Amino acid sequence: MCLAIPVKLTSKEGIKGRVKIGSTEREVNLTLMPDARVGDYVLVHAGFAISKVEEKEAEELLELLSTVSY
Amino acid sequence: MRKVISLAHGNGGKLTQELIKDILLPCFNNPLLAPLTDSAIFEVNRTKFAFTTDSYVIKPLFFSGGDIGKLSVSGTINDLAVMGAKPIFISCGLIIEEGLPLSTLKKIVSSVEKTARYAGVSVITGDTKVVEKGSADGMFINTSGIGIVPSGINLSLERVEVGDRIIVNGTVGDHSVAVLSEREELGFSESVSSDCAPLYEMVEKLKPYWGNIKFMRDPTRGGVAGVLNEIVQNQSFGIKLQERNIPFREETTALCELLGIDPLYLANEGKILFFVEPEKAEQILQILHTHPLGKKSSIIGEVVARSPGKVYLETSIGTKRVLDMLIEDQLPRIC
Amino acid sequence: MKYISEFRDQKLAERLARRIARIAKDEGRKIKLMEVCGTHAMAILKYGIKELIPPSIKLLSGPGCPVCVTPNQYIDKACSYARKGFLIATFGDMLRVPGSKSSLIEEKSRGRKVKVVYSTMDALKLAKSLPEEKVIFLGIGFETTAPTVAASISAAKEEGMGNFMVLCGHKLIPPAMKALVETDEVKIDGFLCPGHVSVITGSRAYEFLARDYNIPCVVAGFEPLDILQGINLLISQIYRDEARVENEYTRVVTPEGNLKAGSLMRKVFNVSDSQWRGMGIIRQSGLSIAEDYSWYDVQTRYPIEVTSSEGKEGCRCGEVLRGLIEPRECALFGDICSPSHPFGPCMVSIEGACNIYYRFGYKRKTVK
Repeated sequence: MCLAIPVKLTSKEGIKGRVKIGSTEREVNLTLMPDARVGDYVLVHAGFAISKVEEKEAEELLELLSTVSY
Repeated sequence: MRKVISLAHGNGGKLTQELIKDILLPCFNNPLLAPLTDSAIFEVNRTKFAFTTDSYVIKPLFFSGGDIGKLSVSGTINDLAVMGAKPIFISCGLIIEEGLPLSTLKKIVSSVEKTARYAGVSVITGDTKVVEKGSADGMFINTSGIGIVPSGINLSLERVEVGDRIIVNGTVGDHSVAVLSEREELGFSESVSSDCAPLYEMVEKLKPYWGNIKFMRDPTRGGVAGVLNEIVQNQSFGIKLQERNIPFREETTALCELLGIDPLYLANEGKILFFVEPEKAEQILQILHTHPLGKKSSIIGEVVARSPGKVYLETSIGTKRVLDMLIEDQLPRIC
Repeated sequence: MKYISEFRDQKLAERLARRIARIAKDEGRKIKLMEVCGTHAMAILKYGIKELIPPSIKLLSGPGCPVCVTPNQYIDKACSYARKGFLIATFGDMLRVPGSKSSLIEEKSRGRKVKVVYSTMDALKLAKSLPEEKVIFLGIGFETTAPTVAASISAAKEEGMGNFMVLCGHKLIPPAMKALVETDEVKIDGFLCPGHVSVITGSRAYEFLARDYNIPCVVAGFEPLDILQGINLLISQIYRDEARVENEYTRVVTPEGNLKAGSLMRKVFNVSDSQWRGMGIIRQSGLSIAEDYSWYDVQTRYPIEVTSSEGKEGCRCGEVLRGLIEPRECALFGDICSPSHPFGPCMVSIEGACNIYYRFGYKRKTVK
């Protein structure tokens, strides 16, 4: 279960952050991700950032998948 | 059949169809109504007329890209436009809730006027009723419209055959997302703009190719997927859509991912699905691209022989899946 | 969209599918994988992944739809509170789920106060803006959602709010996986572990399954490439007779999980035995509100009793949730039970296996 999408954190004030979704914005709660930084992509579930999205890991996976042998 | 009316009876999906088939048609049935097209077509002194009616209930009354006034004119004009009819007159019936600020009413009425003027029609009759507080969400509007079907246009589902291409004149799902994200409990700022707009002018621009357009529908309630399902019902053909060719605005996609809803089932208020001859699809597309409301037009699918009565989607990863008719309204969800 | 569209690449998907097909063909052995999570089940059908996978690999849906495993009793209580005049704030998911007699959407249509919110924090705001109302938030969901509810309870306490409470029905996934394995009703060869639950628990939460029960586990994301790679890693382990926890979803899941979320959950909740629809009571598989926060626990502050009936005759949702049958093997599927006339919870929830199968065009299997 559990829908969550990666979005970019555009501002932060204490546990209150804002994320940008295209041209629209929404408040996001950072209680569970107090160390998130503006500019990070965070995974948002039910209005809360629950994890940072690691760019390096994402790139490495795509790299790995493009060399999968079959 | 359920014993009482639920909201889902009004969403354009399976229950709406049941309602029409089981309750309304047996009561009203006549040859002009029977085709269940967006407008009824009838002839007086060898002139073909189109006649349509629609009621508008929307919360909130004002949303990004429009309001109930603009919507009530656009929707009715578009129901005429998809029959190929040039709209000439509309009516405007207002059901107003006690307590509505006069300034709100003025704003909405002037939006009705402005949209009608833009679309080249006059509001020639109207009605006003006021109901007790709590009996309406601020305001409901009913509009009816009359149009003239010019010669040279011959639109009918019967003309649709395997190989025909399906074109949509721009991004899909924006209207519903605009309305949904405007609701305060979802907490979105500055939302996606609704696509709400009258489209006859765009249809008129396609005049050189009217003969090559076989059928048109506006994917309002039920969305692209819902309306295409209605179209293929009991037909000897199916429809295949290409996910990668369906235009979406990024924020519409994102909000839909976030709220767990499928934009293909969301209402559009400024879109037409054109069924066109394959040989002329590119030319028609080019003309649409020159119109401000058709810049992002795209050929999104075609009529196929396989799986009659079904709508298929070829997904972004090349697999196929059924796009069934919507059953319940989509609710924002988290899991 | 960044981190989404790249993982929907057709060429890479085809490449992975070909690899999976080749390995499966070489091995020939029939295997059963369980995607525990409803969001996985949904993505698998939405992207037509079943048609990319050879028939020797069977994908079973598991108990990971929080709405489906919530027992009637919980819904009955929520409806009962609504009838008593409380304002119910809930995720949209819960609205249509039938209890013994009623559902929240029915209560709403009768004029009771039921509001859909997107976040528990929005429910908190609602309570603040309506001080005369007693607001109950329906705390449903697994590890992904539970910390967000813990955060709102903790915030409510800090602000000394008096009119915000939670009806706590949270459940934990690893104990349910353990229960599935221990009942031994169905032989599961590998688990596709829920990506977003794992964001909180960390991938280590499944180590006991590999170590004690010898079952390969792969934590995977929800895009088609993630799921295909998850299957690829699982079958590679299975055919090599290995059993480890692997993490495909490293871009958001770490071995230890979200520690902050974990500690907040431990502060606000106690782990307790919990009733799962179709699975009975599972030891230590649920969360209840800890004593320090009992002021925010509606069941402590305003206890009510309801008489509930669990299950309807002929409904096989329990077996679907345990991976024993596919939805289309149920005699009611499609004809008697459909999303417009649902019989059981798996047909109601958008993430319920039956609803997903129905929507994506599956027909009932005819029994010979």
